[in-house]
Amino acid sequence: MANALFYLFSFFTLITAVGVVVNKNTVNAALCLLLSLVGVAGLFALLDAYLLAALLVLVYAGAVVALFLFIVMLLDVQGGVRAPFQRTTAVAGTVGLAVLVAGLAALAGRSGLASTPAPATAAGAAPVGAVLKHYAEMLFTTYLLPVQVVGFLLLIAMQGVIVLSRKFAAEDAK
Amino acid sequence: MNAGLNEYLILSGLLFALGFFGVLLRKNTLVIYMCLELMLVASTLALVAFSRFNGTLDGHVFVFFILTVAAAEVAVGLAIIVALFRKRGTVQVDELKELKH
Repeated sequence: MANALFYLFSFFTLITAVGVVVNKNTVNAALCLLLSLVGVAGLFALLDAYLLAALLVLVYAGAVVALFLFIVMLLDVQGGVRAPFQRTTAVAGTVGLAVLVAGLAALAGRSGLASTPAPATAAGAAPVGAVLKHYAEMLFTTYLLPVQVVGFLLLIAMQGVIVLSRKFAAEDAK
Repeated sequence: MNAGLNEYLILSGLLFALGFFGVLLRKNTLVIYMCLELMLVASTLALVAFSRFNGTLDGHVFVFFILTVAAAEVAVGLAIIVALFRKRGTVQVDELKELKH
């Protein structure tokens, strides 16, 4: 059952990711990104990371993709002719494809990682990622400093966005 | 075939590769940005898979931070793109090449 779900979700994620890359319409690409993120959230749920699955849907699919759609519609960058790919771009893409395929083939061929067994959870005990208490313990002890730093980062990003939009509004008024 | 760590890592690699090609091949800044997000999500998938198969929680916490940073990054990046569009009237990277020479 879990296997079937894994293949279903991974197929769905990859197909919609291809949709993001090849779609000519930017709104369609954003919606494909949304579906792809939902697929990844399903995979997270299969990996017993229920909190992260919920967060991914809320933060990414909810906030980020909505922001993308908002900006796409605000700028109105629909349609337009897509210039043919340059030769250097095509060559770089091919080389990148070759390197990545070689890496994946090495990973699949070695199968050293495949022997890693999934840690056996004792009967009745929830897997480690499914207990919210563990998250709280880690975030407030081991990772307390990073949490503070991330809080400052969010504050700085917010102020940066305000400054960016204010500056250009002033220039337009001139 | 049982879905083990290997399958998750290959899926993550494929997702990352797709995002990478999007960044290389597309000319629209917004689509390039979406492909960057795709690459970030691929890396989080690998982190969660490693964490699950090692029985630790550190990968989950890292994903937590990556989500936060990605949200901040999207806000700032889109603000820059909007500012660029207001200044130049385009978001195609072909037409934004003042730094080239």
